[in-house]
Amino acid sequence: MSGVRVLVGTRKGAFILTSDGKREKWDVSGPLFAGWEIYHMKGSPADPNRIFASQTSGWFGQILQRSSDGGKTWETPGGEKMPQPGEMPSGGSNKFVYDTSDATGKPLTTHQWYDGTQHPWAFKRVWHLEPSLTDPDTVYAGVEDAAIFRSKDGGKSWHELAGLRGHGTGPKWQPGAGGMCLHTIVLDPSNPNRIYVAISAAGAFRTDDGGNTWKPINQGLRSQYIPDPKAEVGHCVHRIALHRSRPDVLFMQKHWDVMRSDNAGDLWTEVSGNLPTDFGFVVDVHAHEPETIYVVPIKSDGEHFPPEGKLRVYRSRKGGNEWEPLTKGLPQSNCYVNVLRDAMAVDSLDKCGVYFGTTGGQVYASSDAGDNWAPIVRDLPAVLSVEVQTLS
Amino acid sequence: MIRVELPAHLRTLAGVKGEVELEVAGRVTQRSVLDALEARYPMLCGTIRDHVTHERRPFLRFFACQEDFSLEAPDAPLPEAVASGKEPFMIVGAIAGG
Repeated sequence: MSGVRVLVGTRKGAFILTSDGKREKWDVSGPLFAGWEIYHMKGSPADPNRIFASQTSGWFGQILQRSSDGGKTWETPGGEKMPQPGEMPSGGSNKFVYDTSDATGKPLTTHQWYDGTQHPWAFKRVWHLEPSLTDPDTVYAGVEDAAIFRSKDGGKSWHELAGLRGHGTGPKWQPGAGGMCLHTIVLDPSNPNRIYVAISAAGAFRTDDGGNTWKPINQGLRSQYIPDPKAEVGHCVHRIALHRSRPDVLFMQKHWDVMRSDNAGDLWTEVSGNLPTDFGFVVDVHAHEPETIYVVPIKSDGEHFPPEGKLRVYRSRKGGNEWEPLTKGLPQSNCYVNVLRDAMAVDSLDKCGVYFGTTGGQVYASSDAGDNWAPIVRDLPAVLSVEVQTLS
Repeated sequence: MIRVELPAHLRTLAGVKGEVELEVAGRVTQRSVLDALEARYPMLCGTIRDHVTHERRPFLRFFACQEDFSLEAPDAPLPEAVASGKEPFMIVGAIAGG
């Protein structure tokens, strides 16, 4: 019997929604970690019972949580053990220290601040957790201030892949409205050495050697809010998605503009086409149709809500440019919520399910690839992230 | 025995209810109390002070005996009433947000 588990991170805790393969009735559990911001939760493709969660607070900093039983129980990896006399407390699962060693790291440089001055790097929180496709103990973390870390021991300890922050363009990176965050990590399912990341506001980057060296992949992007709209870095990329059958084809929701690359990010072309606005945060790809993609247009960077107060998902069946609005079951008046960058996901059941969460606390689902929608929970705290596990 | 009062979220994280009681060897200072607290509850490492610099997180304050010790040096002795367990060492979240 197949089923679906939806992992929802919110401003005030986490929720887990489960259903069978029909996706008609939903069981809601939570809040987990009540009162904390859960920026992201994601399950391991190699072991669906293993789930990682980023639990953060402006007061108490970063906590890393891990479940090994599908979200029933949780632990802070390594931090649960009381040290023996003479031992230092382990508690390293929330220890994200930038690598400044001569051997593997770089001197901790500065990045650009909002006012154009240089500003020192300082860790604030984990925005995104990306478990390995093959090893349940390996997981990547995208953090603010922007950097990528990797754990190979199930989240007990973290080490920066310092070649990204140190490859040379770092002093030109600058924070977006939400901070200078590395929020997107995409693992190439056909090539374990290839990883894509995206940073607001620096752009997209790729490694082809497992994270040792990185290069910007922003050719073709145009951003009017930087002095040179075609600059190598400085672009506010909001989200990147790919279909596992065609990992060289990438789709991007930039601050403004929906973009596509057919060569692993070496060159991007705009595919905004007939969208009512090409500002937005999410983009995702149908589980079985690599040319079917979804976005949620948002009015503008100053007005973070749907145009005309109508919540519409737009679907393209041609990989962009030609878009159709999907409205059945979604509010079509007086709707002024936002859909944040990590808050859309798809399942891989025969009829692809599409899910997204809003800052108004609703999680909407479609069990027919977007034709019809219904809220599967509503009135949660503002939704920060939505991930889906398809269970067999 | 040193008594430590934690904010509610950190009590949940540490799995404790009410005050925490700690044995502190030597002089009773902010540093020695926090060292003992983190040794007893490793999951609190990084939540009160930075992992590396050991600087107090900016939205947390340290109170005892109706005084604010947040800006005192970490190795300055805490009041005798804290050292004797008569009064708790209070870790308090700053009022912020709504």
